[in-house]
Amino acid sequence: METDAFGIYVHWPFCQAKCPYCDFNSHVSSRIEPADWARAYRAEIARAKDELGERRVDTVFFGGGTPSLMPADLVADVIEAIRAAWPVANDFEVTLEANPTSAEAGRFRGYREAGVSRISIGLQSLDDGHLKALGRLHSAAEGVSALWMAQSVFDRVSADLIYARQNQSLEDWRHELGQALALGLDHLSLYQLTIEDGTAFGDRFRAGGLRGLPSEDLGADLYDLTQEMTGAAELPAYEISNHARAGAECRHNLIYWRGQEYLGIGPGAHGRIRIDGQWFATETHRMPGAWLSAVERDGSGELPRTALPPEERAVEYAMMSLRLAEGTELSRLPDQSLNQGKLADLVSSGHLWERDGRIGATATGRPVLNAVLAEILA
Amino acid sequence: MTDLSRIRNFSIVAHIDHGKSTLADRLIQLTGTVAERDMKEQLLDAMDIERERGITIKANTVRIEYPAKDGRTYILNLIDTPGHVDFGYEVSRSMRAVEGSLLVVDASQGVEAQTLANVYQAIEADHEIVPVLNKVDLPAAEPDRVREQIEDVIGIEAHDAVEISAKTGQGIPDVLEAIVHRLPPPKSGDPDAPLKAMLVDSKYDQYLGVICIVRIIDGTLKKGDRIRMMKTGGTYDVDDVGIYRPAMTPVDSLGPGEIGYLNASIKQVRDTRVGDTITHERRPCAEALPGFKPSVPVVFCGLFPVDANDFEDLRDAIEKLALNDASFTYEMETSAALGFGFRCGFLGLLHLEVVRDRLEREYDIDLITTAPSVIYHVFLKDGERMDLHNPADMPDMTLVDHIEEPRIKATIMVPDDYLGDVLKLCQDRRGIQMDLTYAGTRAMVVYDLPLNEVVFDFYDRLKSVTKGYASFDYQMIGYREDYLVKMSILVNEEPVDALSMMVHRDRAEGRGRMMVEKLKELIPRHMFKIPIQAAIGGRVIARETLSAMRKDVTAKCYGGDATRKKKLLEKQKAGKKKMRQFGKVEIPQSAFISALKMDS
Repeated sequence: METDAFGIYVHWPFCQAKCPYCDFNSHVSSRIEPADWARAYRAEIARAKDELGERRVDTVFFGGGTPSLMPADLVADVIEAIRAAWPVANDFEVTLEANPTSAEAGRFRGYREAGVSRISIGLQSLDDGHLKALGRLHSAAEGVSALWMAQSVFDRVSADLIYARQNQSLEDWRHELGQALALGLDHLSLYQLTIEDGTAFGDRFRAGGLRGLPSEDLGADLYDLTQEMTGAAELPAYEISNHARAGAECRHNLIYWRGQEYLGIGPGAHGRIRIDGQWFATETHRMPGAWLSAVERDGSGELPRTALPPEERAVEYAMMSLRLAEGTELSRLPDQSLNQGKLADLVSSGHLWERDGRIGATATGRPVLNAVLAEILA
Repeated sequence: MTDLSRIRNFSIVAHIDHGKSTLADRLIQLTGTVAERDMKEQLLDAMDIERERGITIKANTVRIEYPAKDGRTYILNLIDTPGHVDFGYEVSRSMRAVEGSLLVVDASQGVEAQTLANVYQAIEADHEIVPVLNKVDLPAAEPDRVREQIEDVIGIEAHDAVEISAKTGQGIPDVLEAIVHRLPPPKSGDPDAPLKAMLVDSKYDQYLGVICIVRIIDGTLKKGDRIRMMKTGGTYDVDDVGIYRPAMTPVDSLGPGEIGYLNASIKQVRDTRVGDTITHERRPCAEALPGFKPSVPVVFCGLFPVDANDFEDLRDAIEKLALNDASFTYEMETSAALGFGFRCGFLGLLHLEVVRDRLEREYDIDLITTAPSVIYHVFLKDGERMDLHNPADMPDMTLVDHIEEPRIKATIMVPDDYLGDVLKLCQDRRGIQMDLTYAGTRAMVVYDLPLNEVVFDFYDRLKSVTKGYASFDYQMIGYREDYLVKMSILVNEEPVDALSMMVHRDRAEGRGRMMVEKLKELIPRHMFKIPIQAAIGGRVIARETLSAMRKDVTAKCYGGDATRKKKLLEKQKAGKKKMRQFGKVEIPQSAFISALKMDS
């Protein structure tokens, strides 16, 4: 059963500097006491164990913030606590997100010893000018050398790139993506720049700044080009923005998209957990200090949780799984959760495919998935 | 009963913003009619919309007692009349109810088109007119130039115009003296003759029912009288008579020359027609007052609820509103595109806007307003004539012999800097110039224009090309034949009846092109491409294609985003509610209104 996998997300909420496009739960702080964090993470893992009981852990993902600012000992502590609580799968996957500065590359070996098996590098661009515009603290050269360092330490390395940036032409991206594909990675996350509310870019955009963003048509052309080039390089999209050689997919992220069970630990972490057959959406205090003291004082960093009735689960599952090339298992959706008429229309218009008890978005449907979802889930 | 020689009945004629309401406020204030603490601005305008827009829709009246310098105390009855062309008939009735007018002109702006229309009504009603120059305290005031303009343009003596500032109160005592000494008392009336009174206006009061404003010509009106409305035939027992000061104040009786109210448990404003003659049932007067006209709507549009489930609410709201507005007509309409709604008739565009505003605001219903239309006379080959209110009802062209459309005489006053733009606008709207004269640096332009070219956005355009300096007024002058056709709009090959319109054949291509281009901007991209066409009969005269949506996908979506994504989806769904479904295409309600506004 696809629902059987179990992953743990660990959130490290700190960054050296906040990137202007990022709306993740990240904070800049000079007063971080690793021992406090180790104690709090351990307490939360223990609490989850008490509540969930037996599980086999397939994946752990350290996300942020910038988890590559975590001391290796702290990472080791967390992994140890997880292993102490539950047995892990044979192919246990532990991913850590890293920024490609030289200081952080120096910690890669320590992370491997701590039990990290996969590293995801926030390369973002291979162009110094664009890196600066994105507010990144590293140069393209630093990025590439951090990547080489990572490849020499880990078997599995992924990189993130942001495209559809200001004043980026189709040819610019063809060149840059070509360079990235030549780096010999087996996993790439390629995100179109999204202007989010509550970010520095969001504010500038609203004030009429941030010129040169691509039109809808150029954005679509950029997306098409990305599919074409990654396909030719045998790194096809297995999800809207994620590309991998067969077998090299990020198994942790697949848990989200396949609607499987995951635990969220750390400030602002979300989870979807199942207790006695009932699914719950969980969320923790967003602010690092609030989370820490909630864990210490109340023995839990969690906010009041909400039960997810089957129909809501179905909507979430369809919404997430249609992002995947493998699509959605129809047997996991109650009959009334999809608009069957619209579904048939979208199959005949070539936006969706349906076969072997599954539906999925086609190459035409994927770039307009939000509209597709609004149709069939309405 | 008041001695006629001590009564002065008058109205105030002014262009919007020239200070009519402020002057009325000052007169009320200076004579102590209202205690200082009860004063508020635009005292006589009761409706929110009146206050907000600075316009008067319903006539109001107030009785002011003024101890004049000659030692006698006079009764001054002011009727505050509606000031907009849409309410021209109501204005004419109010004018007939008084003997004189104050003509208020802004001393920095001069005479405006609206002033002209209303002052001609006053002249037609044989009024004595006292010119009043307001805002003389402003640095830009040019009282001498404006005096000259009043004499040149209107043709009335203005050398002894009263100079005032309604804002500061300067000159207000002079106005009061002028009212007493320069305006005539009511013509003789016989208190013992059979009752003859004019119904000046009526309004609905939620506690008292319908209240009528009346002017007594002959006879005496008392509580307990049984009255008859001579045109509508209704008979009622008078519960109460009184005067406005401006609060309602009961009196024993109203006699000749007096203006006041009557309350007779009348349930609907619809039962009281402006201009009707009120008499006693037992002892009626010999003949009704001349000049009564039932109000006739000239502009029509469809009103549909955005949410089809609101239809019953809309029906209730329209029925309630119609009870209090006899000039507003409605009948149910079914549109293939918009479902159930109402075809409504209005006195003009302002009236349309006011009614729509009130429905949306007071009854909280989101509305789609279809293209305003006028009444076309369609002459069929079989010799019959049909009155076409709705382009959707246009018969097949092969059955039509010819079509006539209503024309108006439009008077526009404009500073000569903008004259060229105004002439161009009028020519563009198929206007025929009738007159062009100058008064100082202002031009008065008179055009014969098709009403259908005016109902869309003529006034908005006029304001925009003249930066707000032009004023505009019109009157209907009759029907004339022209080469008119029905233009349909097809979205994704399906006609959207709510967007069809009558146009002049020579303008059809241009209008059609503009419509399809606008709709291309107003309709959001869908997952398929959408042809948008304008057609006459089966012939497409303009076409645009809205390309299919190419990108709408969330780039990053991980475990923490599921909840947020779900909310986004719900928001998307809520957004769809503001759209109307036409076949497979969703059109935002705003598109219906925006598409019809023309840019040139």
